[in-house]
Amino acid sequence: MIIKGKAHKFADDVNTDDIIAAKYLVSTDAKELGSHCMESIRPDFAGKISPGDIIVAGKNFGCGSSREHAPLAIKGCGISAVVAKSFAAIFFRNAINIGLPFLECREVDKITEQDLLEIDLSGGIIKNISKGQIYKTQAFPKFLQDIVESAGLMNWLKTKREK
Amino acid sequence: MPHTIAEKILLAHTDKKDIKPGEFIEAKVDLALGNDITAPIAIEEFKKAGFTKVFDNKKIVLVPDHFAPAKDKASANQCKALADFAKEQKIKNYFEVGCMGIEHALLPELGLVMPGDLVIGADSHTCTYGAMGAYSCGVGSTDLARAFVDGKCWFKVPASVKFIYKGKLRKWVGGKDLILFTIGQIGVDGALYKAMEFAGPVIEKLSMDDRFAMSNMAIEAGARTGIIEADQITKKFVAKFKRKSKFYKSDADAQYEKIYEWDVSDLEPQVACPHLPSNVKPVRKLKNIKLDQVVIGSCTNGRISDLRLAAKIMKGKKVKFGVKLIVFPATQSVYLQAVKEGLAEVFVKAGGIFETPTCGPCLGGHMGILAEGEVCLATTNRNFIGRMGSPKSFVYLSNPAVAAASAVTGRITHPDEAI
Repeated sequence: MIIKGKAHKFADDVNTDDIIAAKYLVSTDAKELGSHCMESIRPDFAGKISPGDIIVAGKNFGCGSSREHAPLAIKGCGISAVVAKSFAAIFFRNAINIGLPFLECREVDKITEQDLLEIDLSGGIIKNISKGQIYKTQAFPKFLQDIVESAGLMNWLKTKREK
Repeated sequence: MPHTIAEKILLAHTDKKDIKPGEFIEAKVDLALGNDITAPIAIEEFKKAGFTKVFDNKKIVLVPDHFAPAKDKASANQCKALADFAKEQKIKNYFEVGCMGIEHALLPELGLVMPGDLVIGADSHTCTYGAMGAYSCGVGSTDLARAFVDGKCWFKVPASVKFIYKGKLRKWVGGKDLILFTIGQIGVDGALYKAMEFAGPVIEKLSMDDRFAMSNMAIEAGARTGIIEADQITKKFVAKFKRKSKFYKSDADAQYEKIYEWDVSDLEPQVACPHLPSNVKPVRKLKNIKLDQVVIGSCTNGRISDLRLAAKIMKGKKVKFGVKLIVFPATQSVYLQAVKEGLAEVFVKAGGIFETPTCGPCLGGHMGILAEGEVCLATTNRNFIGRMGSPKSFVYLSNPAVAAASAVTGRITHPDEAI
């Protein structure tokens, strides 16, 4: 799967309250949640996304609450993937379980705001088209790849139970 | 192979011969928990995938506590979704307003979690039950939906990190200060994807309520869980419950990724400053931080000993003019006990309010939202931007004694100054 879009840069420790504030957790609709994505820390964020765009962040992305509304909001506002130095554990599993593409990349500091990126998810390769650079990342272990390839945990479970 | 408590509990819930940190496993859980924010998505996913019957209605707990009592129509619908699902699936452990409490205080209080259990909850502070020698961790809504189907969950076995606390705690210093100090030392990702294990002579003497406060905030250091070896204090706490339990100890030669050892004899009450729980300072270092609101309660510090501590300082005093004091006990039984002991009266006479159990104020849900520019000292667990309301408000975190003292003086204060 190839993803192509502009980079939106964020700092370290972006938490799930930043991604979607609690007052919006009265909805489970991804589009609705997406319209408030990152509102507290970047009020105009949701309106600036073109489909395919990519969030690029520092360490510990998605720390804080377990709210699955966070990866849903990211998906819902049109973001196609998240690249970060590291991910908080619950966000990590939520992203796997709902099929939000993400990669851990140590070289995110080389990426600047609005760089055009092309991500080859299965190969774990990030091409920075604007800068002519290539960043290699660790592919997921097989267990997680199976869930991702099933398009999420519930589909994976259904397939497993039908076998 | 030698193992830590975390590894032993996970291993006991798989059909594997052995496990090691970093490995992905599937394990059977003893309990799966959801609330009015996370369970509605789980129920939707469960039904969307075509499932009709939960694997075991005795192993599922649903607690509408976040936006309950319902703050508006939308949250009322979410709470109702839990009630409807509980009725449909005959889930006994559904706690309606009236018997509801903040989930991570409620479950241990009712004996729904026992030492040695493996518990998942679609709420990040599920790590709280580590205080009882259980392995408990926060997961997402889809994880909960999956657990509804077959009672299982996938785990990456975490490496363990040990924290040894030596010395003797000073007056006014407790579990909350130990965990804030720890997070201040290692950072909000200092234990990312690890199992924290709290040990040493200080922990061995710590009360259950203080242990809960510590384990509760393991997530604030990025950890999956924060485990304390179950001992005589734990045994006394669970004695009245009939369920079986298992008291695990880490092997003497178990592998820890890192071991921290601190003498905490000189530790002062700690305060986390905006906007991260790791931005920690000793209370006396904070000069003239004027407050608009003080909040005492939550799954971290809303237990009876927390309220007793706050009331001890507050008794016969008044809340500083212009400061809003909000006290919210964690469960109905804590509420009733506080009424019986006259603690509720102390808070109300001082000019504070005594709310029903709810997560409301802690996550900026309802019943105590901050306005732009307002400064709050809370005994809760997070002080992220906008956590308790306006993105332009400021949240400090402390123990209940500091919070009560600060409500009296109107600024962040060491308890000695107010007593």
